[in-house]
Amino acid sequence: MNSTIGTTPGTVPVSGSARPHSATDSSQDKPNDSSLIHTDSGTIITAGFCAGLSAYGHCFGGILMREYLRFVQQRSRFLSSLVRPLLWLVVFASGFRAALGVAIIPPYETYITYETYIAPGLCCMILLFNGMQSSLSMVYDREMGSMRVLLMSPLPRSWLLLCKLMAIGLISLTQVYAFLALAWLVVDFDPPLMGYITALPALFLTALLLGAIGLFLSTHIRQLENFAGVMNFVIFPMFFISSALYPLWKMREASEWLYWLCLANPFTHAVELVRHSLYGQLNLAALTITAGTTLMFALLAILGFNPERAAAGGKVTR
Amino acid sequence: MAIVVENLGFNYGARAALSDLSFELQPGSFNALLGPNGAGKSTLFGLLTRLLAPQQGDIRLFGLPIRQHAGAVMRRLGVVFQQGTLDLDLSVAQNLAYHGALQGLPRQHVQTRMRAELDRLELGDRLHERVRNLNGGHRRRVEIARALLHRPSVLLLDEATVGLDTQTRAALNDYVRRLCQEDGLTVLWATHLIEEIDADDRVLLLHQGKLRADNSAAGLCRSTRTINLTQAFAKLTGPQQEMQP
Repeated sequence: MNSTIGTTPGTVPVSGSARPHSATDSSQDKPNDSSLIHTDSGTIITAGFCAGLSAYGHCFGGILMREYLRFVQQRSRFLSSLVRPLLWLVVFASGFRAALGVAIIPPYETYITYETYIAPGLCCMILLFNGMQSSLSMVYDREMGSMRVLLMSPLPRSWLLLCKLMAIGLISLTQVYAFLALAWLVVDFDPPLMGYITALPALFLTALLLGAIGLFLSTHIRQLENFAGVMNFVIFPMFFISSALYPLWKMREASEWLYWLCLANPFTHAVELVRHSLYGQLNLAALTITAGTTLMFALLAILGFNPERAAAGGKVTR
Repeated sequence: MAIVVENLGFNYGARAALSDLSFELQPGSFNALLGPNGAGKSTLFGLLTRLLAPQQGDIRLFGLPIRQHAGAVMRRLGVVFQQGTLDLDLSVAQNLAYHGALQGLPRQHVQTRMRAELDRLELGDRLHERVRNLNGGHRRRVEIARALLHRPSVLLLDEATVGLDTQTRAALNDYVRRLCQEDGLTVLWATHLIEEIDADDRVLLLHQGKLRADNSAAGLCRSTRTINLTQAFAKLTGPQQEMQP
């Protein structure tokens, strides 16, 4: 067979080695001792591998960068993530302002507008859609084969999934803060300035929770087409059966069982956590439930992750 | 030995995809894994790359059992899959940087390595081009560069030339052979295209999940008393062979 690759002058390696081991080796390529593994058949040198915690850091950086690049390339996704809650805030809230009276409930110390009430819920709505979008992207990656690239990493798969989760969460935060800026401009939603900072960990935890739920769902979605089911059976019920749009006492007035359903919904507690943190308050019960369910869904997602399905492009016959 | 496969078995439900498969690969050797569609080549690749867990038998890479030393094994393995796995909307550099990061390599090191590998594959000037804009042959080259980025000792190629024209196929095949000769890379080249195999190549012939033959291409012709590998292949995988236990 005739070669046409690497045969032009300058590309043929000199000194008998095309291998960059020698062609480009420099002091930075020398492996450190901790990257050596001794076996029966001699010493394995894991050249170039940055052993220890830094490898985990580089891995996280790479996954975050990829998610970010994909996010900036999908401008329509960013716009729709802003337009959706803005429509709720401007159109829906204007209509319901007159119909719904909001009593003074924590964390508020005075009567508030309906827009002020639903803004934290809409922040969580952005995170909810992004979390579910992550499940879509996992299924897409699986079907397109790029999941295999992720699984070729020598690092533990649980770490890879955790990185993916954190990367999705961090990118979601950008959208939430963009929305909060617009909400301040459009409807004069103005929590205390410190609230924007104290809300950050709460928003990140909520992003992790919803990302973990998305990741968990992606292990059970066999085909991309099934995502419509996620919309109907996960996103809408989670959002509507929560305290995002109406206070819990209002729900209780309407229906006792609906109230209990809201309480059983982890999204309710995430919304309350964010709502309180925006006003510099800690809702310990909401934090405990949100952190607990995040841990539970992250574990379920990691344990339920099936590399064989990734290998088969989503089609596991076993 | 670079790779030792011992009594490997894998079933999809009741269907046996691989059964009692055993072979060894010498370091720095070029090995063709030949078999018709459905022979079990991709299943074997899935097992070698830990995408599938062996249900029976064992795989060792440079003496390391794949189950117990998954991380160390993966660091020594470069893989080019049958299906394209590049992110089409990212540039060549971004795709390679992503792979480097997943391998735990520092960014600066990855930059040096990607330039070196792409230069060798004559793609140095396409570094910042979107993969979507590359033709099939160039995409394959990028995938090879990516597989070599972390300097593996073993390169697995699963029907890497499928869908490419004859000239590009030949070029890629020749390039990989040179990696074996000049770099001491162990290569397992899965294919169902007989023209990609040279007379003195070691051929592992897989059929219906079993290793039907393990010999040089010329040796296969001699043992089957055929005049070329096509005939030997047909004889070993033909209907009369399937009837044998």
